[in-house]
Amino acid sequence: MRRKQKKALARIIIAAALMLVLGLLSHFTNINEYVLFALYMIPYLVVGYDVLWKAIKGIGRGQVFDENFLMAIATVGAIILQEYTEGVAVMLFYQIGELFQSIAVGKSRQNIADLMDIRPDYANVEAEDGSLVQVDPDTLEPGSVIVIQPGEKVPIDGVVTEGTSSLNNSALTGESLPVDVAPDSSVNSGAINLSGVLKVRTTKAFGESTASRILELVENASSRKAKSENFITKFAKYYTPAVVAAAVLLAFLPPVIRLLTGADALWSQWIYRALTFLVISCPCAIVVSVPLSFFGGIGGASNAGILIKGSNYMETLANVDTVVFDKTGTLTKGNFEVTGVHHSPLEEQELLRLAAHTESHSSHPIAKSILKAYGKPLQPELVSDVEEIGGHGITARVDGHEVAAGNDRLMNRLGIDFHDCHSIGTIVHMAVDGLYAGHIVISDELKEHSREAIAGLKEAGIRKTVMLTGDNEATAQGVAAEVGVDEVHAGLLPADKVTIVEQLLEKTAKGETLAFVGDGINDAPVLSRADLGIAMGGLGSDAAIEAADVVLMDDDPLKIRKAVRIARKCMRIVKTNITFAIGVKLLCLVLGAVGIANMWIAIFADVGVMILCVLNAIRCLFVRKL
Amino acid sequence: MKTYKIFVDCANCANKMEEAVKKTDGIADANVNFMALKMNVEFEEGVDEKKVMKQALKNARKVDDDIEIDF
Repeated sequence: MRRKQKKALARIIIAAALMLVLGLLSHFTNINEYVLFALYMIPYLVVGYDVLWKAIKGIGRGQVFDENFLMAIATVGAIILQEYTEGVAVMLFYQIGELFQSIAVGKSRQNIADLMDIRPDYANVEAEDGSLVQVDPDTLEPGSVIVIQPGEKVPIDGVVTEGTSSLNNSALTGESLPVDVAPDSSVNSGAINLSGVLKVRTTKAFGESTASRILELVENASSRKAKSENFITKFAKYYTPAVVAAAVLLAFLPPVIRLLTGADALWSQWIYRALTFLVISCPCAIVVSVPLSFFGGIGGASNAGILIKGSNYMETLANVDTVVFDKTGTLTKGNFEVTGVHHSPLEEQELLRLAAHTESHSSHPIAKSILKAYGKPLQPELVSDVEEIGGHGITARVDGHEVAAGNDRLMNRLGIDFHDCHSIGTIVHMAVDGLYAGHIVISDELKEHSREAIAGLKEAGIRKTVMLTGDNEATAQGVAAEVGVDEVHAGLLPADKVTIVEQLLEKTAKGETLAFVGDGINDAPVLSRADLGIAMGGLGSDAAIEAADVVLMDDDPLKIRKAVRIARKCMRIVKTNITFAIGVKLLCLVLGAVGIANMWIAIFADVGVMILCVLNAIRCLFVRKL
Repeated sequence: MKTYKIFVDCANCANKMEEAVKKTDGIADANVNFMALKMNVEFEEGVDEKKVMKQALKNARKVDDDIEIDF
């Protein structure tokens, strides 16, 4: 507790104790009315002097409808009506509520700060005599060499130059399984070095490094407000004046009507009812709990490796109904591997050798996978006359043979008879000296959790899952069948993806949204066109962090379901709080107007509801089990 | 857009503070984040930011005494 909170607590305890004594005193003895009044003023002023003072200053500045003013009027009114206990109690409970709110908000701020405790404070630089000097990481230029000892945080993104170790990325990705690093591995700031000493050459400035970027994003997240937050601001603007106006009417209108009809005016009864109105009028419960819920949800999610860039996206995420996936890098690993060599009449190794040499100048992932499958050093002197035919393949002269490697279009173009292949994947046909020599099948591996992720989304009530890919129809259908998506569109260029997403957007029902999940590379137009862009594998990819609304720090597709669940839980809590708080308040207003609810019930409607809503809002922080 | 550290007591005060800062001359838009205790301010073009922030703080204090803005 901070000093201010301790002081408030002390005042509350003193006032409560005094009230107890006074209660007993007035019950068992017969004190003079004026003395009793004077005695009650002691706890009243102890607990409420600051509220009264603020109210007076507020009036001076024309701030009539703030909660201090309302509380002051309500309690002073009650005391004038000689309801001393109630007047003091309202002030006492109001202060308890304020204290509670301040502690709760402070605690969740602290919680989230702890969860996001990834900001590195220093970097070790080796001095000339070999000793380590701690410096401010902000002062280091990219390309500096830093030393990271076991137990320390990686301060700046970079590449390992010396040493091996394992890193704990859990603060960044939510994944607690350590990752092994060795020279040439890249490391992200915010990760914790577990075992060995590492020397790292930095590749970025501190401010551009992963940890700084994540923190910036999370801290700015709640500045993009959700609809329900804006609703609350508007609601609060009209609600308080409306209730105050109603209170004034309630205080004067019925007594005047009664006077006109010749009945007894019952002034004090109607004024008491009006005062109850004022006690209920503070919108604190909602005004505090709604931003607290979003803050907690965003904080909890980022701890699980899911960055949500604003409360508004939390809302969109909760309403997701259609999820569109990019195939490569999202549902599949994006590592192409040779999965089959169907050869004749050459031997497998010979076919691979020719293919590898033919493709040796290409940087295409397909070429890389063939080189990897060949696995032996190349002899560049054997290769000549390389010609790359875009969209078809490559022809070259290798070791005295005319070799062609490419798709069916290349074979047709060269007039070579080829066998079609039924394997799923990309097929590279080979022709040697004008004769067909078989083909190499290259396919992408599914991610471990892809199937589970799609099933999980279905289970979570997502109506439709769609997969888009630039790959051929057969591969696309194969992957789709394996993971279980509802709809597939294959052979797409990046622009076609936008068109298809637009068509799907038209089909989504009102109030429901479409999310596009991509790996952030080449996806920017689609990510921004969808209602919600989710980028995967954000760790280290600036493009993804920039373009998407939600960033999944690691590339596990299961996180999509988790993100949806976190958002839904958060929105559910927000809605419950709004309904509960407004409901209880309206009910109490009605009961107060007809005289059933007294000031004690009004106190519950104000402070009790606020405490319940805040406690409920704090639940948003807990997302581990979702 | 600039980000300032702020201090404000209660969520409702934060809303009111946002309104007050928004209405300050020279400020195009402002956004108070109660939970992170931060405020994003967008200035109109060519204004003296320090001077504008001084006025903004003054306006904010009219709503609530306890408001602080670091600038």
